Amino acid sequence: MSSKSKHKPRIGVFKFASCDGCQLSLLDAEDELLGIAGAVEIAYFPEATRAMSKGPYDIGLVEGSITSYQDAQRIQEVRRQCRTLITIGACATAGGIQALRNWKDVDEFIRVVYASPQFISTLKLSTPIAEHVPVDFELRGCPINKYQFIELITATLAGRKPNVPSYSVCIECKRKANVCIAVVRGVPCLGPVTQAGCGALCPSYDRGCYGCYGPMETPNTAALTSQFRILGQADSQVARAFRGFNAWAWQFRKASEECERT
Amino acid sequence: MTGRGARTIRVDTLARVEGEGALYIKLVGERVADVKLKIYEPPRFFEAFLRGRHFSEAPDITARICGICPIAYQMSAAHAMERALGLKIDPAVRLLRRLFYCGEWIESHTLHVYMLHAPDFLGYQDAIAMARDHRAVVEKALRLKKIGNRIVQLLGGREIHPISAAVGGFYKTPTKQQLRDLVNDLEWALEASLETVRWTAGLQFPNFEQDYEFVALRHADEYPFNEGRLVSNRGLDIDAAEYEDHFVELQVKHSNALHSVVRGRGSYLVGPLARFNLNFDKLPEVARKAALEAGLRPPVKNIFRSIVVRAVELVFACAEGLRAVHDYEPPAAPRVEAPNQIGVGQAITEAPRGILYHRYALDENGLIVAAKIVPPTSQNQKRIEDDLREYAAQLAAWPIEEATLKCEQAVRSYDPCISCATHFLKVEVERVKTKD
Repeated sequence: MSSKSKHKPRIGVFKFASCDGCQLSLLDAEDELLGIAGAVEIAYFPEATRAMSKGPYDIGLVEGSITSYQDAQRIQEVRRQCRTLITIGACATAGGIQALRNWKDVDEFIRVVYASPQFISTLKLSTPIAEHVPVDFELRGCPINKYQFIELITATLAGRKPNVPSYSVCIECKRKANVCIAVVRGVPCLGPVTQAGCGALCPSYDRGCYGCYGPMETPNTAALTSQFRILGQADSQVARAFRGFNAWAWQFRKASEECERT
Repeated sequence: MTGRGARTIRVDTLARVEGEGALYIKLVGERVADVKLKIYEPPRFFEAFLRGRHFSEAPDITARICGICPIAYQMSAAHAMERALGLKIDPAVRLLRRLFYCGEWIESHTLHVYMLHAPDFLGYQDAIAMARDHRAVVEKALRLKKIGNRIVQLLGGREIHPISAAVGGFYKTPTKQQLRDLVNDLEWALEASLETVRWTAGLQFPNFEQDYEFVALRHADEYPFNEGRLVSNRGLDIDAAEYEDHFVELQVKHSNALHSVVRGRGSYLVGPLARFNLNFDKLPEVARKAALEAGLRPPVKNIFRSIVVRAVELVFACAEGLRAVHDYEPPAAPRVEAPNQIGVGQAITEAPRGILYHRYALDENGLIVAAKIVPPTSQNQKRIEDDLREYAAQLAAWPIEEATLKCEQAVRSYDPCISCATHFLKVEVERVKTKD
């Protein structure tokens, strides 16, 4: 592959421990899919194609968290093969829901699910990709927002910074002119500490935000914890709220551990 | 074909399935010595970390088992919890749940029929390559898929991991007008689905019939989604609460997913073929007629024809969706609230790939003390291996590359979702030649 020749950027999609939902977001971009496929070479994307070309790749998209020794090795190889490495989704950027094991005895977990635990090989922690290799951009969300995803790919191909805001869900709620469900109805809501991206979906559907996009840039988790208590939430409930799909993101992790200590 | 020495066929990664797995087939001459569907996707331990979570969180958490069929998880979880808590849901909520499931079936079946499975029949690596020669077909598929997603988005907020499904109902229910707005799309989708049946019926199918035990839900009045007795063509007829008396999960060394078998009998098949064969009489007229015109009469025993059956189920889902949209009257309240209480509840619903079983036990604070989840792919896993044992023998004389592709096609007929079952598939065929 000559760098002088005008080649289409080669994209690889790699999966680690995850639900497949974030890579499915690409296939869910029904109006844009054939356009994207025309602009790039999809060199490796097993969920969509049998054709699998070897690296190097211009852009690597990584879904999923690292939970096994083999995957901890594999991500090193993926990083070596990708000029730009982008992680997509809460599993890849924060360890995902499977990071709930990080507070428990994983051997006990294996015994709960499997009759012959000795066949199962797994690590004690579920960790984000950036804990293993340098990552060029992290796209948050459980699942990611497909429009943010398309913006990210477009920006990366154009060599500019993607326009992905890091402010809170509250901003999105205000833009939609939602009445604040926490203030008016006393519903516990993680919106103030959670990064925007979903379009303030939960509050728009009459429920509190449960933190799919992880911590916003400067989350005041202590203030929110106090507010949850004022709304009558027990510390165990507050801890559970922070311990969702982005539980291992350090700000949420710290907040949940502080609730457990009190 | 026999000769000297050993030949090994290996495909390191089988594509167009959801999740990570591998297939290993060892041929000794004409004999299939070993078949292993290896699921190496790392386990995520949902059943373990659900303990200590509140019942209201189960639909949101279990949705994350699968990005392809999150609604199936939300439905099985919600129904199991409602049983544990003794909740009765509003009939309008029940209708909305059926519509919600129609959306997921349309999205998931269209994805599988056109983008994951059809390329096998037409000789392409993927739908993108297929689109170069069949642009109109792929564009139609994308539009159909988008309509499924639109339904899910309307009822659930977003396509993947919707946020509105709740124990007891929904967080928010749509207005009548919002559903009315789906009519034009659903009418178009119904026509496109009928075309899909005709199109898939014209594909070439290998001659491969097996004697399956089909297992699916069966309901007195309707093609099954959320409720009914669990029945089979071999006399099974049970309530969800009896599931674990009749099915047992076995752990095998080569897989991170558990194998499920019918106690005393062995492998069984769940999914479109099973539903169709056991519930043909419950399909709406338009779907039944389309099936018969496509040459499908129950029992369909050729797994490769699953693609046509999926298309028939697309017709059903669109027709049912239209019915739901016409019949809908908003419920008095979006959901019924339940107090925390001790209880045990089981539920089975029909995910696009087949039955999905959930069981939960709750303590007095409404916290989960035990959870069990049996996804469709772990139920089909043993049946896939059994099929390949038979099918690979038929292919023993074929050139390696073609045999491998055919085996992959057989596996893809099941639309396996490995993310669910532990959650990519790698085919490896090893051929050991025998001396004449």
